[in-house]
Amino acid sequence: MTTIQHELADRHVERKRAWSNWATGMLFLLPSLLLFGVFLFYPMVRTVYLSLFLTDSQGVPIVFVGWENFLNLFQSTSFQISAKATALFVLYTVPAGIVLATALAILANQKLRGIGLFRTMFSATMGMSVAASSVIWMFLFNPSIGLFNRILAALNIPGVQWLLDPQYALLSVSIATIWMNTGFAFLILLGGLQNIDQSLYESARIAGVSESYKLRKITLPMLSPTLFFVTTVSLINAFQTFGQIDLLTKGGPMESTNVIVYSIYKDAFINYNVGSASAQAVLLFVAVLVVTVLQFKIGERKVHYQ
Amino acid sequence: MTLTVSGLVMVFPILYAFLISFMQGGEVLQGSLWPETFSLANFVSAFDRVPLLTYLWNSLMVSVLIMAGQLVLCSLAAFAFVFVEFKGREWIFYLFISTMMIPWEATMVPNFQTVQSLGWLNSYAGLTIPFFAMAFGTFLLRQQFKTIPKELYEASQIAGISKLRFFTGVVLPVVKTTMTTLAIYSFLTAWNMYLWPLLVTNNEANRTVQIGLKQMQTQEIASDWGVVMAGVVMVILPTLILLFAGQKRLQEGLTQGALK
Repeated sequence: MTTIQHELADRHVERKRAWSNWATGMLFLLPSLLLFGVFLFYPMVRTVYLSLFLTDSQGVPIVFVGWENFLNLFQSTSFQISAKATALFVLYTVPAGIVLATALAILANQKLRGIGLFRTMFSATMGMSVAASSVIWMFLFNPSIGLFNRILAALNIPGVQWLLDPQYALLSVSIATIWMNTGFAFLILLGGLQNIDQSLYESARIAGVSESYKLRKITLPMLSPTLFFVTTVSLINAFQTFGQIDLLTKGGPMESTNVIVYSIYKDAFINYNVGSASAQAVLLFVAVLVVTVLQFKIGERKVHYQ
Repeated sequence: MTLTVSGLVMVFPILYAFLISFMQGGEVLQGSLWPETFSLANFVSAFDRVPLLTYLWNSLMVSVLIMAGQLVLCSLAAFAFVFVEFKGREWIFYLFISTMMIPWEATMVPNFQTVQSLGWLNSYAGLTIPFFAMAFGTFLLRQQFKTIPKELYEASQIAGISKLRFFTGVVLPVVKTTMTTLAIYSFLTAWNMYLWPLLVTNNEANRTVQIGLKQMQTQEIASDWGVVMAGVVMVILPTLILLFAGQKRLQEGLTQGALK
């Protein structure tokens, strides 16, 4: 064979290999791509589409109405209450939840005998379903036999209608939610703490600096990538809250706990107003997207990476 | 001291649920913290008044199916991302990343319609298949697969060893711990699912145990807190045991997923 023939043969083999690699790669990725396509990308596009239509009770689009669903939403008091409830819920649960989980993680990162038991205790809520946790908190909040009002009664303070009073309902649900989410955040933050280079603390010990100095100058900066991740996940989770609302308050009283996902659910599956539900779903999508993008932008600049 | 107090406060609601599940009706109303006798009557009653066994079985099936489906699909995808080089791979990787920005709840209305039109309402298929693909799991496994030298894969290809044998013989032993972590995580998440099963099941034969709890809470049993808590205990026992057994592993795996 001449060199040209060799080269052609080589190129042929090369192309065949590239093709075979492509086929293999696609074959392996196909199941995931197919499911993402059918159950994530298509429905997302479809949601945007439906948000621009008036639909019948089955969710079949009838008339194109453009931005009307969105305009109606922004003008409806019900949606304004829901947006406010969602924002407040995020505000109540995310910062407090992260502070609590960080404190617990720092406590549980000590080298003590039997510390494993405490780590197990702190992470326990990760094994608890939203439904089970909600039922337990429903009991704790019970106005006549629940623990909280019993404590208040023992202190001679009049009882509170935790879940029935519009003033307290969102706060009550938030407290329950903080408890539910602690296990997960704790586990990740503990992992982050354990990844910190121990020699830093060794040097600090030799230098004889105070505990609070160590916390501010070593622990928190070194933990910041983990804190950043936990914050993002907690924010997104807070936007997606549903179960505890459905079980504890059903969005009430007076819509004070009608957070966005519960509102979408009610509009779509109880009031059969799919257009409005879709418009709210689009807004939820945008909110999550903004959070993610913002976190990445801020995170890239501010967070200390090792 | 701080440790003990905070530990007790955190587990108190769980502990309390266990204690109440053993109490007689009167004791609950009096607000006792410790049952006089540890009676199993509430458990008998819970299984008697709602088809708890069916619900537990359904939840087990759904969780195992989702776990298996996710492990298979994530392994396949991660394998392609690490070992098979081809044009457009990068692009598909970004597509996977973008899935993490779509909140699942924003897509639930069309998803419900899809599952309905496929005739998958009240079926394991409808409860599980939509969750088989998972970007987080794929990334987690990808990180682990990357620790295996590519030359090893190329050599095995030249030696004519099948991809499946390379996977079971070389890859699997290396990533066993990460696989276990992912399996625990998948099972926990699937067992605890609430909104989707609420949408796609509407009869007792196909309900999962989480929806069973909602049913218990809304029926007349609701005032019988001992029985309701017995139901709660049955629901949380499997996941708590799984969590306690796999806590360390889960922590390591999740941290890895979070940071890399």
